[in-house]
Amino acid sequence: MENDALELDFEVDGNDYQRAGEASSRVKTTLKEVGMPAELIKRVAIAMYEGEINMVIHADSGVAKVFIKPDGVEVVLKDVGKGIPDVEKAMQEGFSTASDDAIELGFGAGMGLPNMKKHSDEMVIDTEVGVGTTVTMKFFTKE
Amino acid sequence: MADFYTSVTLDAKRCKGCINCIKRCPTEAIRVRKGKAVITREKCVDCGECIRICPAHAKQSMYTKFEDINKYEYKIALPDQALYGQFNNLSDVNIVLTGLKQLGFDYVFETAAAAEYQTLKMKSYIEEHKDKWPLISAECPAVVRLISIRFPSLIEHIMPFISSMELAAYEARRRAMQTTGLPAEKIGVFAISPCPAKVTSMVLPLGIEKTGIDGVLAIKEIYPRLLNAMSEIQYKVEDLSIAGRAGIRWGSTSGQAVGVTKEAYIAADGIENVMEVLEELEGEKLHKLKFVELNACNGGCVGGALNVENPFIARAKLQTLRANMPEFKNSMDINDAELANKTMWQKEMDYKPVFRLGENIAESISLRAKVDELEKKFPGYDCGGCGAPSCRAFAQDIVRGIVNRTECPLIDSFKIMEDNNESN
Repeated sequence: MENDALELDFEVDGNDYQRAGEASSRVKTTLKEVGMPAELIKRVAIAMYEGEINMVIHADSGVAKVFIKPDGVEVVLKDVGKGIPDVEKAMQEGFSTASDDAIELGFGAGMGLPNMKKHSDEMVIDTEVGVGTTVTMKFFTKE
Repeated sequence: MADFYTSVTLDAKRCKGCINCIKRCPTEAIRVRKGKAVITREKCVDCGECIRICPAHAKQSMYTKFEDINKYEYKIALPDQALYGQFNNLSDVNIVLTGLKQLGFDYVFETAAAAEYQTLKMKSYIEEHKDKWPLISAECPAVVRLISIRFPSLIEHIMPFISSMELAAYEARRRAMQTTGLPAEKIGVFAISPCPAKVTSMVLPLGIEKTGIDGVLAIKEIYPRLLNAMSEIQYKVEDLSIAGRAGIRWGSTSGQAVGVTKEAYIAADGIENVMEVLEELEGEKLHKLKFVELNACNGGCVGGALNVENPFIARAKLQTLRANMPEFKNSMDINDAELANKTMWQKEMDYKPVFRLGENIAESISLRAKVDELEKKFPGYDCGGCGAPSCRAFAQDIVRGIVNRTECPLIDSFKIMEDNNESN
């Protein structure tokens, strides 16, 4: 997907709730500039925002890479953090390990990963406990 | 018909070529070229920000000249709610309405009457369309246009109601045809409005093929004459008021929202706040929200660029005025099937991707990469010296082939500044 793709890179700070969503918002603007269909923009924006929030809630730091091609978008969210011990459980709606702080702010409803899965066409989770998690999502234009 | 139009004009003699308007424009539609501000029509949503900010008053809005009402045998005035907020110590809207007749109108039909009717229709529409929540009001034309060029995924959430101005125009003309027996074309329907975007709606109506409005008169232009007329009619005020509080309330922010739903709504105003709310809505971050009322102007329509009074004072005046009014006057028949049909959009709204860099996605992607590359060469101070609102916007203009110059005109002076800073 990298060839002739437009690449966008972002750093995401763990625990910075104020800036959470900045990366997905800028991706959204870019997708409009390149004229992606509204339906795809919406899916990418929602899924990437969820992913970004996940990094803020659960990880210490991370990077987001976005590759934009005429036939679709690939989003790679790579964090340094505690990792996911049980991916299957984490994929269940409503399951949450978010801190009380996060829940107080209205996050951590256990819908992050399920929503990312729902809005992307392909999603792969690569995780190691104590090291970190990489989530790769692909979105294809539906013609 | 053209796809794009703007009611904003420039008095070139007054324009100094400063950067106030290019910086303020929410869609980056303005550039300074050869010392004068130029608008890209496709990107203009007629929010009126440039008109308000221009220190030289060079930015203006087109509107219909008052004398144009004389082209018609029978003249109808549709006063906007904001008009009532312009006068000191106004105790009765009938004084304004009678004043309008004194000015030469044969019939006065309050836009607020249509708004009152739509309040009731929107209330049931919201409950019947839970699948489309949050529903976004289509009353502010600048907001609807902004969504159509910048927030494509929200188009399906727009509540497909024509503006209260258009509905009032339809109903007023229909009534006038019945009472006078005149054909439609001999009747002139004139909105008295605070809003440049409503002027544009006359040329490019939203949700309908053809407007029912023959002219939009600016409140600020009619104000001095109306004031005179009002002082003359003190002892012969006619009872012309046909709208209750529910409709009058639409003149300021949250006026629609409190009428259509008791809970789970957002009411925001000011174009920057509007954009932030739309961003949030686009990410579906707000759950269980029913209704969204957005007004491009501060305070709502009382903040329109063609008003006379300060928006906050006008809003307070409206509050006082409507305090003793009944909530509803039910002047329009809620059970009239034709009216119920007319109040809805007759055609769908399309996404207009005016921010796209190239002709197709592949081309746009490669152009976008060039924009990034070019932007790195500029200082990033967003000073506006090149005529574009930001270094990035300048890079986009170069890549789009809109400007020939490819170098930042101020780059050398920035280098000097940096050298000076270092030596200090």
